[in-house]
Amino acid sequence: MDSAVIETEHRSMWTDVWRQFRKHKGALVGVFVFAFIIIAVFVGPPIHGVDPNAIDFKARNLSPEWAHPLGTDNIGHDTLAQMLAGGQVSLAVGLSAALIALILGTLIGVLAGFVKSLNGPLMRLTDVFLSLPLLPLLLVSIMLFRDTLRAAFGPETGIFLLIVGLIGVTSWMHTARIVRGDVLSIKEREFVTAAHSIGTRRHRIVFRHILPNILSPIMVSATLGIANAIITESALSFLGLGFPPDFPTWGRLLYDGTNFIQITPSRVIWPGVFIALTVLSVNYIGDGLRDALDPRLRGR
Amino acid sequence: MLSNPDSDVVLSVTDVVTQFDTADGRVHAVNGVSFDVREGELLGVVGESGCGKTVTMMSLVKLLPMPPGEIVGGSALFEGQDLIQTDIDALQKIRGGRIGFIFQDPMTSLNPVLTVGYQLTEALRLHKNSSKSAARQRAVELLELVGIPMAKDRLDDYPHQFSGGMRQRVMIAIALSCDPKLLIADEPTTALDVTIQAQILDLVKTLRQELGMAIIWVTHDLGVVANLADRVMVMYSGFVVERADVEKLYRTPKHPYTYALLRTLPEMEGERAQRLESIEGQPPDQLQRPDSCPFAPRCAYAFERCTQENPLLEFVSEGHEVACWWNMEKNAPREAS
Repeated sequence: MDSAVIETEHRSMWTDVWRQFRKHKGALVGVFVFAFIIIAVFVGPPIHGVDPNAIDFKARNLSPEWAHPLGTDNIGHDTLAQMLAGGQVSLAVGLSAALIALILGTLIGVLAGFVKSLNGPLMRLTDVFLSLPLLPLLLVSIMLFRDTLRAAFGPETGIFLLIVGLIGVTSWMHTARIVRGDVLSIKEREFVTAAHSIGTRRHRIVFRHILPNILSPIMVSATLGIANAIITESALSFLGLGFPPDFPTWGRLLYDGTNFIQITPSRVIWPGVFIALTVLSVNYIGDGLRDALDPRLRGR
Repeated sequence: MLSNPDSDVVLSVTDVVTQFDTADGRVHAVNGVSFDVREGELLGVVGESGCGKTVTMMSLVKLLPMPPGEIVGGSALFEGQDLIQTDIDALQKIRGGRIGFIFQDPMTSLNPVLTVGYQLTEALRLHKNSSKSAARQRAVELLELVGIPMAKDRLDDYPHQFSGGMRQRVMIAIALSCDPKLLIADEPTTALDVTIQAQILDLVKTLRQELGMAIIWVTHDLGVVANLADRVMVMYSGFVVERADVEKLYRTPKHPYTYALLRTLPEMEGERAQRLESIEGQPPDQLQRPDSCPFAPRCAYAFERCTQENPLLEFVSEGHEVACWWNMEKNAPREAS
């Protein structure tokens, strides 16, 4: 038999995954919405061409009109421009904080589940983190580290790193618990013994035999993590400890807008809608991915 | 001990003792098991559930969870190396490479999220450093060898797309992938229905002729062993109680336990509405290492000596060893040797 023939007839796993993913209508819609949001916030600003921090006192609290499609706020910021600029920050914070939490959580969960001697200490550590009152902790850490980081990386990057890092290291616990539980159950399965029996090494067993089996819960907690990070960032901004005031994020816009909900309700509605849309679309994408990545569900 | 010190012994196991720490105390699972496997031979290991068959085999390559398991002593010489003294890292080169394993339940022994092709090539890539395409080609050959049609197209299928019998064929193919010298099959047909069982047995017979490796076949199905094995070892409560060539063991069982086991088989001839025989009583509690014969409480032939001393495995005739104080043929206590 010719090996080249075998190679070409080898159907790719990712083709199968995509075929299954397409069947999940919600996930497809999610992909379009999420793609739309990303394109909008990164391509939108130059097209719209309005500086989000430009103040125009003559155009305060405007309702939507041609020059300001989403209206303006109480000091004449263009809401659309602020929404787009804020989206960049919120998405970046959400995605990177969730990624940190995902990596930390998976790492700690796998170690606790697979290495018996680490199980106790790591799970107690998780308990400690879970029992910490998060908001005060975040506030104190921001007070402590903000100035150092600002000095080191500049005001914007510094605060970005601080917020992303803090949200990341305070939201890995649920992932860790889920992953640990699943690793504990999967590693007792017979196919893991079978993998040992053909001489597979421990790290390979973890990465090739156990991790793919727990992909679905990881997927789900990752997508929820993004939503969670965006909302936590909002809360920080609301308390005035997030990004500086001239640095809009969806969360900040939302909370700033609440005071003016009766004058210009669109200032609350739009950030709220976009946070919700992002979270929902990411969740649907995660759901679709989970189904598509599970070969037992695929091909039905 | 087996008197055959020939060079054709593949695996020589001596006095393996394995124990488990449990909440109730230390369980004596394997109490000094010794046996040899010769080249090209199929050794059947039989005994009821919990008699230590599987634990003995797992101890050889340390596939036991340790702790709570502990291999207390013994040696297992394989290709000039004592497996019991070898550390896990070095054993990993032997597992899958020189010693293949087949497990009981094919439905759970394959990883559900990895393709059959991946699982088939894993051992090859680990032990033979095969390239991806060479490994795939070998995987196709292996699947054809174990009788899976359209092997090439099935490499990218997942285990759930195979039936139970097919999966066991895949497991066999995995175990054979690196041309092992020894194949340990742990109740490989127990989870399969009778038709599939027959197919797998035929397959094993053919493969043995083609590849000529030694096989240890662990089972509690005496019918399977009669069909397949060259020699049979009967285990009870972590001891080997009888070992003989397959013909001798079935014709003239010399241990009451073997005798009782054989009587539990349904008979093809004679009256139909006969109740199946069973062995009265339960296997002993293994929390203490017995100092008398472990089978004595259930044995129809037990006499005083059986409750005082534990018999050792002794040759009673050519190629036939038994551990019993009673001589079933003479129907009298065995003479002191």
